[in-house]
Amino acid sequence: MNNSESNKSNNRRPVIDIEGLNKWFGSFHVLRDISLSVEQGEKIVICGPSGSGKSTLIRCINFLEEHQEGQIVVDGIELTGDLKNIDAVRREVGMVFQSFNLFPHLSVIENCTLAPIWVRKTPHAEAEELAMEYLERVKIPEQAHKYPGQLSGGQQQRVAIARSLCMKPKIMLFDEPTSALDPEMIKEVLDVMVDLADSGMTMLVVTHEMGFAAQVADQVIFMDEGQIVEQNTPDEFFENPQSDRTKLFLSQILSH
Amino acid sequence: MSASSDTIKQYKEARPPPIASTGIIGWLRQNLFSSMSNTALTLVAIYLLTLAIPAILDWVFLSSQISGDTRFDCKVEGACWAWIDQRFGQFLFGFYPAGERWRVVIAFILLFPALIPWLTHGTPGQRYLRWFSVAYPVIATILLAGGFGLQEVPTDKFGGFMLNLIVGLSGIVLSLPVGILLALGRQSKLPLIRWFSIGFIEAVRGVPLITLLFVSNILLPIFLPPDVTLDSIIRVIIMVTAFASAYMAEVIRGGLQAIPSGQYEAAHAMGLNYWKSMRLIILPQALRISIPGIVNTFTGLFKDTTLVIVIGLFDILGIANAMVSNPDWLGLSTETYVFVAVFFFAVCFSMSRYSMWLERRLGKQRH
Repeated sequence: MNNSESNKSNNRRPVIDIEGLNKWFGSFHVLRDISLSVEQGEKIVICGPSGSGKSTLIRCINFLEEHQEGQIVVDGIELTGDLKNIDAVRREVGMVFQSFNLFPHLSVIENCTLAPIWVRKTPHAEAEELAMEYLERVKIPEQAHKYPGQLSGGQQQRVAIARSLCMKPKIMLFDEPTSALDPEMIKEVLDVMVDLADSGMTMLVVTHEMGFAAQVADQVIFMDEGQIVEQNTPDEFFENPQSDRTKLFLSQILSH
Repeated sequence: MSASSDTIKQYKEARPPPIASTGIIGWLRQNLFSSMSNTALTLVAIYLLTLAIPAILDWVFLSSQISGDTRFDCKVEGACWAWIDQRFGQFLFGFYPAGERWRVVIAFILLFPALIPWLTHGTPGQRYLRWFSVAYPVIATILLAGGFGLQEVPTDKFGGFMLNLIVGLSGIVLSLPVGILLALGRQSKLPLIRWFSIGFIEAVRGVPLITLLFVSNILLPIFLPPDVTLDSIIRVIIMVTAFASAYMAEVIRGGLQAIPSGQYEAAHAMGLNYWKSMRLIILPQALRISIPGIVNTFTGLFKDTTLVIVIGLFDILGIANAMVSNPDWLGLSTETYVFVAVFFFAVCFSMSRYSMWLERRLGKQRH
């Protein structure tokens, strides 16, 4: 390790450190010896064919999935079965899902204030102020008192992003955030995510939006059969893919 | 220029639907006269109603008699309501001392401010009324059973419709939370809790309520300290609650299973722990889906309160049975049971209408 590199890692400490991660669903080996280190402020895009384990990988980071082998350390806290640690990690890690998962019985603003009030014990008025601030940031403050069912998919996903941001997370996980959206709405969600990336948020994004990857990612990871096949900067990844599997994947998703 | 490259110059204005599909005419056409066979059925139904309604009105009101000391004073073809004057108090209060019945009436009136804050949304003073509801069971018990300067009334004097209401409402109020806990317990990851819940639900659901009531004085002491004896009404309330909550648990389990796993995941990902995610996210949605089944269980429970007769309590049906076999009123069973049915119908129908209103109100939240 040369000097400049060690300086860099001192300035940018890893906020996620994954070592030798293995996970099985029943007898199916879904994650195989994954090691990954993510530094503060880094944006990582994970792509790969369906069933390659990319969603499972990011779901392990906030313990929505339990791993059987290996070590995951998030913001200095190791994820074990210990509920205290899990809760501590979940407070610092926001997650956006493919199917939004807004709470349909609560209004938009109630969706956003729920966790700050009940988990962070933020006073009611303060939580609402915070929620309005983030709803403005995702450009839908005027929908605050509607219910999720009254919004379009793109609007719902932006609310979901605002809802996560209200917990002031250090890390944001995105699990195929635009896959369930109509083509006309994908851009409005990506714009919000680009904006968030520009603000310095640490992000792990599972997506097939390669334009987004080229624009914001520091690293692009290609996964297949539960392993990291290739990991590189976007320029190298798109211009000069190493493995045949990556080349095939890229040719298929970029052919249109 | 080819036809396929034409573009629309101007969008078409929206028009109202054709007259015949809306309004009264549209409704009649769609619902009563949509086909030959439906038209025939409509006409037959109208004919049957013209026969039945006048006959019923005639029996209940026009050819009926409301005065007399025994059934032999009734000289009419229609219903003989003469007994109501003598027996009305018994039907409502059983053998509760006549001079003390005002206490039951007050307890009944106070029931409404105790219930309303839980049944409605945004009632003025809701917060204070909820505190009142918490105190209500104590207030009602003192009013009904006595103490604190009120003459004590032993519970074997309780009876009539008052008894149905006491057992029914206590069962309803208790079986919902117990049912929720059993439903959650049945899904628990902890084997002991899951096994207990499944065992309880299956055991209680597998036997008729009437046998539970019979064996309650053998069964309950097993779970109690040796020198505690339970009042028979308390015993009945416990058994009815246990019975209804087993059904309730299954109804709510159905609702829980209808909630997409994404809701649990989103709640967990935000750092909400198990009880908070249940209380704030999962149960509000699961209970809403379960409303029809819950109300179904409630109405069943309320009607099952008539089974208290098997352990020697005289609810409204017990009083009715006793009266029908009284020589003075022998044979007036139609009148008596119609009268009793009206009470049950009034309560069960109100519950059903309330649940429809509640579903509509909650339904507005999700489109």
